[in-house]
Amino acid sequence: MAYSEKVIEHYENPRNVGTLDKDADDVGTGLVGAPACGDVMRLQIKVSAAGVIEDARFKTFGCGSAIASSSLATEWIKGKTLDEAEKLVNSQIAEELNLPPVKIHCSVLAEDAIKSAIEDFRKKQAARKALSGGS
Amino acid sequence: MNLPIYMDNHATTPMDPRVLRAMEPYFLSQFGNAASRTHRFGWEAEAAVEDARETLARFIGAESGKEIVFTSGATEADNLAIKGVAEYYGSKGRHIVTTVIEHKAVLDSCKRLEKDGYSVTYLGVDHSGRVDPEEVRRALTDQTILVSVMLANNEVGTIQPIAEIGAITHEKGVLLHVDAVQGVGKTPFDVEAMNVDLASITAHKIYGPKGIGALYVRRKKPRVRIAPQMDGGGHERGNRSGTLNVPGIIGFAKAAEILMNEGAAEAERLRQLRDRLHQKISAKLELVTLNGHPEHRLPGNLNLSFSFVEGEGLMMAIKDVAVSSGSACTSASLEPSYVLKSMGLDDELAHSSIRFGLGRFNTEADVDFVADLVIGKVSRLRDMSPLYEMHKDGIDLKSIQWAAH
Repeated sequence: MAYSEKVIEHYENPRNVGTLDKDADDVGTGLVGAPACGDVMRLQIKVSAAGVIEDARFKTFGCGSAIASSSLATEWIKGKTLDEAEKLVNSQIAEELNLPPVKIHCSVLAEDAIKSAIEDFRKKQAARKALSGGS
Repeated sequence: MNLPIYMDNHATTPMDPRVLRAMEPYFLSQFGNAASRTHRFGWEAEAAVEDARETLARFIGAESGKEIVFTSGATEADNLAIKGVAEYYGSKGRHIVTTVIEHKAVLDSCKRLEKDGYSVTYLGVDHSGRVDPEEVRRALTDQTILVSVMLANNEVGTIQPIAEIGAITHEKGVLLHVDAVQGVGKTPFDVEAMNVDLASITAHKIYGPKGIGALYVRRKKPRVRIAPQMDGGGHERGNRSGTLNVPGIIGFAKAAEILMNEGAAEAERLRQLRDRLHQKISAKLELVTLNGHPEHRLPGNLNLSFSFVEGEGLMMAIKDVAVSSGSACTSASLEPSYVLKSMGLDDELAHSSIRFGLGRFNTEADVDFVADLVIGKVSRLRDMSPLYEMHKDGIDLKSIQWAAH
């Protein structure tokens, strides 16, 4: 299958590959997909006290479209608030990258990864609040 | 070096220029219809076709050119063998034995017969992709009319014990069909010595043209009959109607003749190139698994799984080399290779597989280039792989509850 130029561009020059400390309080981690399905994305966000995503990192096991989708997702959510990032939907990613129908699931996975990272961050915050609230 | 490098010779092969030269007159000056009996154009074409038939018979160890039925390719030959035998011998029995790793032309022909009331036993294979001849024996019943097993597998190159299977089917009086497409000319194949009753072959996997194949149908001990699946002018002794593809047939025979002369040396050269590729890659990369049988394997075949790297993603990275992958992403169904899964490979490793198919026109320089490219790109993709990082951190990936999607 022929890839779109944007997929190739992201695939060859992926943005924000890397790892943040998953145990840090200001970091949320989303790990979605399954090795048996041929796609696993890990997307991490570092969130400021004001609720803005200061940094985002990913690592992806998958095809070119999966790697490009996660690269684009990290690029887009950087500088956004959690509420803004949460509103990002897969069709925006699919449209930007011109994904063919068989690759739409790659963009779905990227959306899931963002939501999962935000959820992880919020859980951590809630747990911290519960702890400090008790003291 | 001309890029991209073609290393997908199980899919198809480029034509040998000698084949093209042999075909050329049959397009231009000797263009006659081999069935024309009234003039020289037809006679010349017919004579050339009969010569080609004899050459192809020798190529597979058959006794006579009369046992060669030309078809449009191996898919048609497989269909004709299986459906043709089933239809002809259906009153004798309605059971067929085959294997789970056959080509779709065999499997889907069998599936069609199941809908028509035949029963089919699909034998499994071991971890290397080999069928156990004793399992073939155990699967035979008094209703069995046909066993169909491939000579060599198209994905992992595993060579099946056809002679052993042939001894069993011969003893039991059951017909044996062999899809010899991938193996013929590359590994020994002799229909007489191996007791093969029907065999499918095709030109485009042996440096011949596309669009021409043949079905070998034994005429003696036993005389095998098939019901034609194409009706019309009664060509090929009534077995397959349709004007013969004369240039294709000439090219097919030329390709076979080249292999009869040079096949043994070529196999040895390809084996060395293949082993060089394997050794270079394994020396620099950890967690690389060979799929298929270490010895009973086509000389040009190298099917490797690169753990924690997805096959299609890797193919995109090594786009300067044409290969194929068992990854689901390369198929419309999003299912990984049924051949690799049948061999007991985890889905993860099936997704991570790359098939290198070396052929006549690959050089040592190609191999060295590809090895370096693969080493570099696998390392880069592993650096981007969350699974590789988890593996490095000592996390057992099997212990994680993955959300299937």
